[in-house]
Amino acid sequence: MPPSNKLKIAIIGSGNIGTDLLVKVMRSERMTCTLFAGRNLNSNGMKRAHALGVNISDHGIESIINDTAICDLVFDCSSAHAHREHWATLNRLGKTVIDITPSKLGELCVPAINATQCLATGARNINMITCGGQSSIPIAYAISQVHNDIKYLEVASSIASRSAGPATRYNLDEYIETTQAALQNFTGVGHTKAILILNPANPPIDMQTTIYAKIANPDLPAIQISVAAMVEKLKQYVPGYRLIVPPTLEGGMVMTTIKVQGAGDYLPQYAGNLDIINCAAIAMAELIAQSGSCRVS
Amino acid sequence: MKKKILISDPTLRDGNHAVRHQLNREHFVAYCKAAEAAGVPIVEVGHGNGLGASSVLVGECRLSDEEILSVSRDNLSKSRLGIHVIPGFCTIKNDLSKAVDAGVDVFRIAAHCTEADITDRHIRYIRKAGKEAFGVLMMSHMASAPTLLKEARKMESYGAQTIIIMDSAGAYFPDDVNERISTLVDGLSIPVGFHGHNNLGMAVINSVTAVNAGASMIDATIRGFGAGAGNTQLEVLVAVFERMGIETGIDLYKILDAAEIAQREFNPVAPCISPVSIVSGLAGVFSAFAQQVGQAAKEYKVDPRDIFFALGKRSAVAGQESLIIEVALELAAQNVAKNN
Repeated sequence: MPPSNKLKIAIIGSGNIGTDLLVKVMRSERMTCTLFAGRNLNSNGMKRAHALGVNISDHGIESIINDTAICDLVFDCSSAHAHREHWATLNRLGKTVIDITPSKLGELCVPAINATQCLATGARNINMITCGGQSSIPIAYAISQVHNDIKYLEVASSIASRSAGPATRYNLDEYIETTQAALQNFTGVGHTKAILILNPANPPIDMQTTIYAKIANPDLPAIQISVAAMVEKLKQYVPGYRLIVPPTLEGGMVMTTIKVQGAGDYLPQYAGNLDIINCAAIAMAELIAQSGSCRVS
Repeated sequence: MKKKILISDPTLRDGNHAVRHQLNREHFVAYCKAAEAAGVPIVEVGHGNGLGASSVLVGECRLSDEEILSVSRDNLSKSRLGIHVIPGFCTIKNDLSKAVDAGVDVFRIAAHCTEADITDRHIRYIRKAGKEAFGVLMMSHMASAPTLLKEARKMESYGAQTIIIMDSAGAYFPDDVNERISTLVDGLSIPVGFHGHNNLGMAVINSVTAVNAGASMIDATIRGFGAGAGNTQLEVLVAVFERMGIETGIDLYKILDAAEIAQREFNPVAPCISPVSIVSGLAGVFSAFAQQVGQAAKEYKVDPRDIFFALGKRSAVAGQESLIIEVALELAAQNVAKNN
């Protein structure tokens, strides 16, 4: 695809998530990054983007307001709080936004479950929930397809301390509340709980998520088949997604553990948390690019 | 003038670890009354991992947070009511705001010892609500004294009014405590506290060492009722401090009475330094893992000591209980391979 036909995307937020996303966008056939905007030209992310020859700015959202034709689609990698303000502006400018903060503002999206339905709603603000949400909700959903009588769902993720930048740390409450709400939304289970552990171990640990489902009489073989099929779907856009403890009965509970290794695009492989939410965001952007639905020019 | 030390008593919080978070209403009533009568300054209550932590992962609590707070508030008037929270389990909206409304006096906001910045919003929120906020650094043996100081300073900058370091794995020797507490006392302008565990039999001497190094607050529980090998034993500490001429405001006879009441009420009352707890202390692994490690060892027919050392190698931290099963499965597979 010649560059002029590629979907023009801007990334706001030059932290770990934004920079990892940039590397992924640059691999895409259908997208080109026309703006990488943050607040500090000396940050590691900015330096990386500059070295890659990408157009950078330290004026954040202002750089889109000042040159509205610069992009068709915006990846917001800032923070849940900043996204609220960003969306007000980007909505007015008619941009499509893929929101990688836990703001819970847009259409909740897990590509393995609702990619096409999400686009069919015509929503221009797509929320990618959280890294823990992207890793746990597909499993919880696969279980809920077998049992509509799950009493309680709990998901606990541990991630390497080094993979969690300042905005992620500041948004811990939003992470929990958004993951819990999205779990409810996708499975219909009323009582959900999300936990996030930052692990400082060195060498850093891979992202790992355990999903517990309380079910009166679990049909374990059927659950295992449903979960295995879902894992295959996820692997199509998150190559490092692995089932490490298949659905197992443990203390009257169905327990499943998965691990996500990243592609090592910006941070090393252990940062599966960055990888899974960004892979999900890229999968959605690719679909949008294919449909040509958000071209402004 | 006599030296004064503030005692904070997490019997009804850390002790919940010892009974898989099954403390009931009567336990809270009986111990709150006993602690109040003895003049214990701060009584800390809740799930072992704090408010919002009741879960399959770390254990489901018999009572809801709301029930615990209301029964404790009803039975404490002179003693201040304290809680413990770990961001990542709790949120301001779900948990802290409710605790403020329930009349909690002292909020202890905790993080793993290198992750102080996750407490920023929670500490600020509590200060803004006009309540007392302490910063707690857990598993502090995993960080050097300068690192602890750097993290403690962050908490101080958010508004923490005291910093407590926890020896969650019971891994410290007195020299370790002396070095860390002195560094914090010299480098901070707020009081410093110590929370000990007894895996290697060092909890009381470590607490005394902390005081000699300048700590002005110590955590201790009745009969040592707490996670793993138990905490610093409160009635022992009060007696030792009396002998040292240190004032705690706690009545010796009445705290000894409280120990009798605890003996009657809690079952099992006193965690002992079991062989597995010793290994947990040596491996530097969170004491509260002991029960789940025991279960996994039985289920997968592996040596619990091997599980602890393997967890130690992986630097397992609180909240990573799911790792226990993974490690047990790996060890079981290794055993099968060895036998074939």
